[in-house]
Amino acid sequence: MSTQQEDDTPDVDDAAPATPASGSPAALEALIEDHVLEREDHLNAPGFVIRADAVQDVLSTLKTEAGFDHLSCVTAEEHEDRFESIYHLRKYDDPTQEVSIIVPTSRDNPVSETAEPVFRTADWHEREAYDLVGVEYDDHPNLERILLPDTWQGHPLGLDYNQNKPQIVTFDEHKNPLEGHEQAADDSDTMFLNIGPHHPATHGVLHVETVLDGEQVADVNPDIGYLHRCEEQMAQKGTYRHQIMPYPDRWDYGPGGILNEWAYARTAEDLADIDVPEYAQILRTMGGELCRIACHMLALGTFCLDIYGDFTAIFMYAMRDREVVQNILEDLTGQRMMLNYLRLGGVVWDIPEPRAEFFESVRDFLDELPERLDEYSDLITSNEIFQARTVNTGVLDYETAKDYGVTGPVARGSGVDYDVRRDDPYGYYPELDWDVVTEDGGDNYSRLLVRMEEVEQSARIIEQCVDLLEGWPEDERDIQANVPRTLKPEAGTETYRTVEGAKGELGVYIRADGTEKPGRFKIRSPCFSNLSALKEMSTGEYIPDLVATLGSLDVILGEVDR
Amino acid sequence: MSSDQPRDSITDTSDPLTSTRDARMGDGVDDRFNSRLREAFGSTPFILTKFDKFMNWVRGSSMFMLQFGIACCSIEMMHTYSVKHDLDRFHAGVPRASPRQADVMIVPGTIVSKFAPRMKRVYDQMPEPKFVVNMGNCSTSGGPFQEGYNVVKGAEEVIPVDIHIPGCPPRPEALVYGVAKLQERIANGESSPVTVKPYELEEFGDLERDEIVDKLAADIDEESLVMRYNWADSP
Repeated sequence: MSTQQEDDTPDVDDAAPATPASGSPAALEALIEDHVLEREDHLNAPGFVIRADAVQDVLSTLKTEAGFDHLSCVTAEEHEDRFESIYHLRKYDDPTQEVSIIVPTSRDNPVSETAEPVFRTADWHEREAYDLVGVEYDDHPNLERILLPDTWQGHPLGLDYNQNKPQIVTFDEHKNPLEGHEQAADDSDTMFLNIGPHHPATHGVLHVETVLDGEQVADVNPDIGYLHRCEEQMAQKGTYRHQIMPYPDRWDYGPGGILNEWAYARTAEDLADIDVPEYAQILRTMGGELCRIACHMLALGTFCLDIYGDFTAIFMYAMRDREVVQNILEDLTGQRMMLNYLRLGGVVWDIPEPRAEFFESVRDFLDELPERLDEYSDLITSNEIFQARTVNTGVLDYETAKDYGVTGPVARGSGVDYDVRRDDPYGYYPELDWDVVTEDGGDNYSRLLVRMEEVEQSARIIEQCVDLLEGWPEDERDIQANVPRTLKPEAGTETYRTVEGAKGELGVYIRADGTEKPGRFKIRSPCFSNLSALKEMSTGEYIPDLVATLGSLDVILGEVDR
Repeated sequence: MSSDQPRDSITDTSDPLTSTRDARMGDGVDDRFNSRLREAFGSTPFILTKFDKFMNWVRGSSMFMLQFGIACCSIEMMHTYSVKHDLDRFHAGVPRASPRQADVMIVPGTIVSKFAPRMKRVYDQMPEPKFVVNMGNCSTSGGPFQEGYNVVKGAEEVIPVDIHIPGCPPRPEALVYGVAKLQERIANGESSPVTVKPYELEEFGDLERDEIVDKLAADIDEESLVMRYNWADSP
């Protein structure tokens, strides 16, 4: 896709010698200097403001010449005098190397060039920007609403949106989706099949419009937005210190609680320059990995529910193990699912007293886990029927995965060796001994294997954390740094930080506007990007494999739609 | 149509009772408990009373839930169905994937504008008598997302509801309690004081005539209008 773009940028050849020092902002600026209007650095990365008609040139230059092959996120926002789209680029090899490309457009005519031919992942991201903020993208293949109904009036995250105006949903929204769609065209043999939004195999309220040719999928179009509950608006209405933290729990309710909170905490701590005590980092790391185990158990259970189609052994076994994890998390945080455990600068509580009892329950869980995983292996991965359904189905190859911005276990199942915990270290991960799991198959089976092995790695991390916590001197148990009661980061500071959530790279972008609430709060959801690759994975396969692929993608619709 | 009015023949009850609002109006015993069998027994009040009690007990003791996941609460709902909490112990544990086979719909999550018409469609597809349990704050009032531009302020804006379970999300124990309460109600033949919000046709008359309303009035056939989200007036 980007090949045609390479020809358009002969001017970069002169700058090519600068690439050895490609990390330095000056070298990057030299690469794209023809298009750069000004520098506008973010806390996490150098930022370049470019002309609205040079988006493809700049992005393809950065992708091919400087190696920025991961379009992590597209943030759109409206200012008093302009619209802005920010492309957050980074490298799969080294996500600490980042660059932000800022594309301003006028308020009267908010049109900028699409990045879709360079990065396929921009397709959905730009549609979302159009839907919620109202920036239009020239030459975009399918610029229509993605999260809100087609009948919606206005762009809700724009400045002049009036929320009190009534919105109307008509009976057409409510009609039989199959009416008049049974056949795709007059003389074709294809059939339209509507899956969802209420369907047991879609893991929530995903709507998949498929066109079948016989039993093969000719076309598939995931229609999302059935759980778009305004998470970004809610965060923009809350104050940094306490009011935002409960919402991340509800993005990935797998429950990825602490992992999600960490994404917000990491960004806000970066923005307000807060240091977290070491002891709190260990607590965060341990809690986060417990959440990851719970998430992967849910993924495993529901995946097998899709494959075997029954509320029996594997689903129940996975639920049983989740109950154990949830009990531990409840002891630690006070809630089963919506943990609300992190605070800016630390965590809210220490380990509950008596500490020995808590550690014992964690150790009991860890001791039993290998046996459990063996049992799962017997039931799942070494099961012939299961292998017949999953091996070589839903294949996502290495390059396509990168093109779609796929991250997390899905990317690692396709051989992309990318894990934010290791590559852009945070928390206590760098001090601990663990491995990043990758598989090269790229099929449904590999993705499941990655998840199961990640459970083992998480258990290793938790064990080391427990050892550290047990031996921690009693008078050095600092659970929170000293954080001012009201946080008011300087106006105009912007940052974009990511963590490794259970589903992949979970990022938060915040622009501070000088008040105690964020001016713009943008969530980069891993599931959103992962799901956008569904078409590549399922077209040409059998319809039952589409269901298996959906299961192995492990999408949580709360995180897709936000 | 109450039971102590014997009738000679069955005349007007064969319509599918999908018009939810009509089905909830009227006085006396809730129409939901009517069946054609009951109509047939209508001429013998004594047997009818016993039979009614029996039928109510049966309904309460054998409930088929709709497998209906929306948001976070559905995870806790799955836990309620599976080991440890095991809703099946309370005669309500087998989720049905098709609304045609279900008696009870648990609404586990936030209803947003895009999903609300679909949910009503699923509700309409369920056979009478049918019951709705609201799980969690979102489906009760919009919960933590109530002020969102896209969030419907409770499932009651769209469909009638029997039991509300507060919590974000409610613990499995709370869901079990809510379902048990519903069963108790059904077994007693009680019908809940259902508030049905006017989700059906609303005139444009009370809206301010601005360009959006004019455009919509021109675009939309009033016959086909089912729902109006007015954020200002919603409770």
